Amino acid sequence: MFNQAFAGTTPLQGSDIAVQWDSLYNFLVWLSIFFFVLVVGGMIYFVFAYRHHPGKKTQYITGSHFLEAIWIAVPTLLLLGIFTWGYSVYHSMTQAPSDAYEIRAIGKQWLWTFQYDNGRTTVGEAYVPLNRPVKLIMTSEDVLHSFFIPNFRIKQDVVPGMYSSVWFTATVPGKHQVFCAEYCGTSHSGMLAKIIALNDEQWEAWNNHKKLGAIPEAGSDFSSSSSDLSASRVVAQVSLAEQGRAVYETKGCLACHSVDGTQKVGPTHKGLFGSSVEMADGKVLIADENYIRTHIENPQKNTVKGFNPVMPTFKGLINETEMNALIAYIKSLK
Amino acid sequence: MANSSATAHTGNHYLNHSKGLMSWLTTLDHKRIGVMYLFSVLTFFLMGGVFALLIRMELFKWGGHNLLEANTYNKLFTYHGAIMVFLVVIPSIPAALGNFILPLMLGAKDVAFPRLNLASYYIFMTGACFAVLALFMRGADTGWTFYTPYSIRTNTTVILVLFGAFIAGFSSILTGLNFIVTIHKLRAPGLTWDRLPLFCWALYATSIIQVLATPVLAITLALLCMERIFQIGIFDPKLGGDPVLFQHFFWFYSHPAVYIMILPAMGVISEVIPVFSRKPIFGYKAIAYSSFGIALIAFIVWGHHMFVSGQSEFANFIFSLLTMFVAVPTGVKTFSWLATMYRGSLHFNAPMLYALGFLELFTIGGLTGIFLATLAIDVHLTDTYFVVAHFHYVMVGGTLMGLMAGLHYWFPKMVGKMYPEKPALIAFWLIMIGFNITFFPQFILGAQGMPRRYWSYLPEFTLLNRISTVGSWLIGIGFFYTAHYLAKAMRKGEKAVANPWNALTLEWQTSSPPPHENFIETPVVTSWPYEYLPENTTMPVNA
Repeated sequence: MFNQAFAGTTPLQGSDIAVQWDSLYNFLVWLSIFFFVLVVGGMIYFVFAYRHHPGKKTQYITGSHFLEAIWIAVPTLLLLGIFTWGYSVYHSMTQAPSDAYEIRAIGKQWLWTFQYDNGRTTVGEAYVPLNRPVKLIMTSEDVLHSFFIPNFRIKQDVVPGMYSSVWFTATVPGKHQVFCAEYCGTSHSGMLAKIIALNDEQWEAWNNHKKLGAIPEAGSDFSSSSSDLSASRVVAQVSLAEQGRAVYETKGCLACHSVDGTQKVGPTHKGLFGSSVEMADGKVLIADENYIRTHIENPQKNTVKGFNPVMPTFKGLINETEMNALIAYIKSLK
Repeated sequence: MANSSATAHTGNHYLNHSKGLMSWLTTLDHKRIGVMYLFSVLTFFLMGGVFALLIRMELFKWGGHNLLEANTYNKLFTYHGAIMVFLVVIPSIPAALGNFILPLMLGAKDVAFPRLNLASYYIFMTGACFAVLALFMRGADTGWTFYTPYSIRTNTTVILVLFGAFIAGFSSILTGLNFIVTIHKLRAPGLTWDRLPLFCWALYATSIIQVLATPVLAITLALLCMERIFQIGIFDPKLGGDPVLFQHFFWFYSHPAVYIMILPAMGVISEVIPVFSRKPIFGYKAIAYSSFGIALIAFIVWGHHMFVSGQSEFANFIFSLLTMFVAVPTGVKTFSWLATMYRGSLHFNAPMLYALGFLELFTIGGLTGIFLATLAIDVHLTDTYFVVAHFHYVMVGGTLMGLMAGLHYWFPKMVGKMYPEKPALIAFWLIMIGFNITFFPQFILGAQGMPRRYWSYLPEFTLLNRISTVGSWLIGIGFFYTAHYLAKAMRKGEKAVANPWNALTLEWQTSSPPPHENFIETPVVTSWPYEYLPENTTMPVNA
């Protein structure tokens, strides 16, 4: 009963995290009601009990260390408990499982584009498998945006020039609303998207480029006015990594880097992704998406140990979709 | 404390001491400067308030295109925020009421640096002029937070607003400096630190934040101006800058600024509750120290505005933990005010009503702050209407209620006339009920996922938005009515006695309005200002 009392005030529980989030939220609401009644109820009682009338006397009280100790100690302990609970849920929000299905998201004024490993690109709709962890690796082409899925209780700012990520496991099939939550100009409130959680059958159909039927809103049994899915996506013939190979070759990466392990002017990219790389100044970095991006756009910032800082910057020469493909390709060089 | 209104009454006071517009514009009298601040702040409050009403009108219906176009809407919420924060809430209590009351409370003739005080006012007005000037050009549409890189790219006249806020900041620094020196050097004989009224303690803590934090804002805004003009590449990722760095800089000032806004209001409440409860303040030292506790924590919690910015998990851990501790000194104050009422003899004049309103609204504002301090909860709620509701409960429910309490409490002292109680009671209920109708539904909207700064919203959010808009009309009527009866009282109000509330602080020991240099003879303090004995339960004025 306690957990159902505020059911209408929060969105549908579309993921496991949402269930955890709601438990903590409900606890805080009850705690707040308790303290509100304590303070404001006490105040209202005093208003009636100690109203002035002629001849009334007050009691001369200037303080009580005992009471002060209580109202310092009790809130402190409660707050530490709330903090711990909040951090533990947050921790599970941020730790994406390593087998998560990865999608690359690009925000720009005022739409969201999604790139998949199979080479597809969709706009305004992200197709994800149900009951499987999904990780979005996000960046922005222009200003700050924020990727917010209320049904999953997650949100992450999307920052130009770097990658941030968010992950979730959708447990309810259908469409889940996405909002941009960081103000980004004129059509900020129109920068909407949907996460479309597909069951196994639909997921297979989508991966095999078959047409899907109408997908309803999450939580409803009726098929709402679903748009024609094929219209909103560009069907690509080659995988994202294959697209990345084309970028790799046309931008001239092969002049200095190899994909087969031989060392040229620059380090090889075979087996690079996910490895620990030592820099010239001794620090060790993990080669993730941000590592590759920084080394392409700002190669002089950190030079790999044993190599000369001779690489030119490619900043402004590779757009965000190309960058995502390029990273997918380098990632595929196991 | 000497409890007599025996100050010689010659009919000469600060309002008729000299005449003419120039005598006001060149005055060095802290009381006149306080009054000028008050009128300026209230003018800006009118502007910011009208913008808020327009914003709510647009949100009466879902889908946008109701009253305003998207760009106009974006400019209006930017102006509403920037004006209310920089030109209303920050200067309202310290610069307006503080300027008038602080030297009187200390038994001083003026602040330590009267010329600097006047300069502060003109600096403030210069900054305000720049900001308002932008309104008549292309405006600004960045939100009051000026987040980069949008604020670098937008083609609006954001630079004028930045420049305005930059200049106004200096006024804040100078006022803070002036108050610190005044409190240290100009206390009347016998006014030891442990007899200092809590309003002075609150202003002292506020001044420290103003002096230490405002320069960081000035630097940040200056860097942003340079970024826009010279493309130096500090914040713009296209030029190798870091947009998140701006957020760190911005909140390093703007979080402490939140306490610049609330501490003085807490000071007012600490004065009003004992006077109208006819009882000593409960836990004087705890209240005084908790102001400093809050001021200290204020500087180390800025990162809680950035839990989803891309800041590291470790940083989030630390900022969430530290933020929790803000609730402790805040709780100490709240419980102490409540305990002050216990076994008192309560009078419900307007200042007390607003103090009680403060307690109700600030409790909700404070408790919802705990939601936002909790890491996981904040991830969903940040940048939604929950945050909008939270900071309005704190800023309006806290600061504005404090301002209204203080304004009614000291009105007799400032103008020498009484405000009428009955209209004040009606306006109070209009504002209180209107406020809760406006902002409480916004907590639910936010929890349901409606983001802030949305010109159009989805149809499922219609009902709560509608309720909120209707509430805003009640607030509007309440404030217009207040302006009406106060303006009338200034001309035709009943004459005020020196000490209508039978209060013990020094400003009530001189005539209403006070003479040019405050006191005919320098008062001597012999006891602390909350020495309300059990029999002392009556006031010359009753509700």
